[in-house]
Amino acid sequence: MITVVDIVLLVLLGVTAIAVVRIRNLFAATMLMGIYSLLSAGLFVTMDAMDVAFTEAAVGAGVSTILMLGTLALVGSEEAKPKHRPILPLFVTLVVGGILIYGSLDMPTFGAADNPVHQHVAPYYLEESYDDTHIPNIVTVVLGSYRGFDTMGEAAVVFTALVGVLLLLARGGQNGHRSVDMRPGSLGRDAIRRAGGASPARKKKEADHG
Amino acid sequence: MDDRVILRIGSKILTPFIMVFAFYVQFHGDYGPGGGFQAGVILASAFILYALVYGLANVLRVLPPSVPYVCGALGVMIFAGTGFLALALGENFLGYNVLGPDPASGQHYGILMIEAGVITTVFGVMVGLFYAFAGRRKS
Repeated sequence: MITVVDIVLLVLLGVTAIAVVRIRNLFAATMLMGIYSLLSAGLFVTMDAMDVAFTEAAVGAGVSTILMLGTLALVGSEEAKPKHRPILPLFVTLVVGGILIYGSLDMPTFGAADNPVHQHVAPYYLEESYDDTHIPNIVTVVLGSYRGFDTMGEAAVVFTALVGVLLLLARGGQNGHRSVDMRPGSLGRDAIRRAGGASPARKKKEADHG
Repeated sequence: MDDRVILRIGSKILTPFIMVFAFYVQFHGDYGPGGGFQAGVILASAFILYALVYGLANVLRVLPPSVPYVCGALGVMIFAGTGFLALALGENFLGYNVLGPDPASGQHYGILMIEAGVITTVFGVMVGLFYAFAGRRKS
C-alpha cells in the first residue's frame, strides 16, 4: 500500500516539477511550487519523518508561497522569453544528474537497519534519550539538547535571513512602510490583480471607476 | 476584498484558532511532531492571513514593524541566554542538567526555554520578511 502511495506521490512530484519549468505564468508557477512542497510533505509522512513533513508543509507550502506572491506583486507575473537556447543548461543538468545517480548506486540500501548512519549515535538516542530527559519525542531531544548548539546556529541563520532581506529591501526604515497602500484588502487585491487573476466583479468595478 | 464575504468571515473565524494551534504545536513538541520552528511559522501565518484579507494597515496597528524585528533578535538572545545561564550555573554551554532539581527535569526546562527562543525568532523573522515584501510598492 505504502509503495502505491509513494509511486503516486513521486509521479505527481515529477509532473509538478516539469510543469513549473515549462509554465510561463509565474503566478501559476508559484502555486505549483506550493503543491510541490505539499507533495514533498506527503512523501516525508510516508517516510515517518513527521517533524520534517510538518516543517515542509508550513514553510514550503505556506509562508514561502506567500513571499513569492508578494514578490510577484512587485515584479509582475509573466516570465520573459529566454534569450538563449536551453541546450547547454540541459546538457549540464543531465550530466550532473547522471553523475549523482551513478554515485547513489554505491550507497547502502535505503532504510536498511545496518546502515552506517544507524550505527553511530542513533542507537544511543533511541535507547537513552527518555532516561536522560523524560521527553518522548526523540526528534525534539536531539534538536534541543544533544544538538542544541546546531539549533542555536539555525536560529541565528533564520535571523540572518531577516537582516539580509531588510538590508536589501527596506529603504529608510519606517518611511519604507509608510508608502504602503493602506486601504483594507489592498495587498491581496494588488497581488491578485497583478498576477492577472482578478475576479470578473472586481474587473467590472474597476472598469466602472476608470 | 470587501465583496468576498466568505473569505472575510472565514479568515476572521480561523485566525484565533491558528494562533491556538501554533501554541499547541509549540508545547506539544515534547510529545509529538512539532516544536518552535513549526509553531513560529504557524503563528506568523495567522497574522499574514489577516494582512492578506484585511490589509497590511490593520495588522500594523496590532503589530508595528518594530515588534517582529525585535522578536527576531530577542529569540536568538533567549536561546543563547539559556546557554549562558547553564554556563553560569557551572555546566557546559547549553548543558541543561543544572537548570532543574534533577538532570532530567533540567533537560525538560532547558528545551522549553530554547523552544521559546526559537518560536520568538521564527515568528519575528516570518512576519518581518512578509512586512519587507508586502511593504514595498512597485517601482
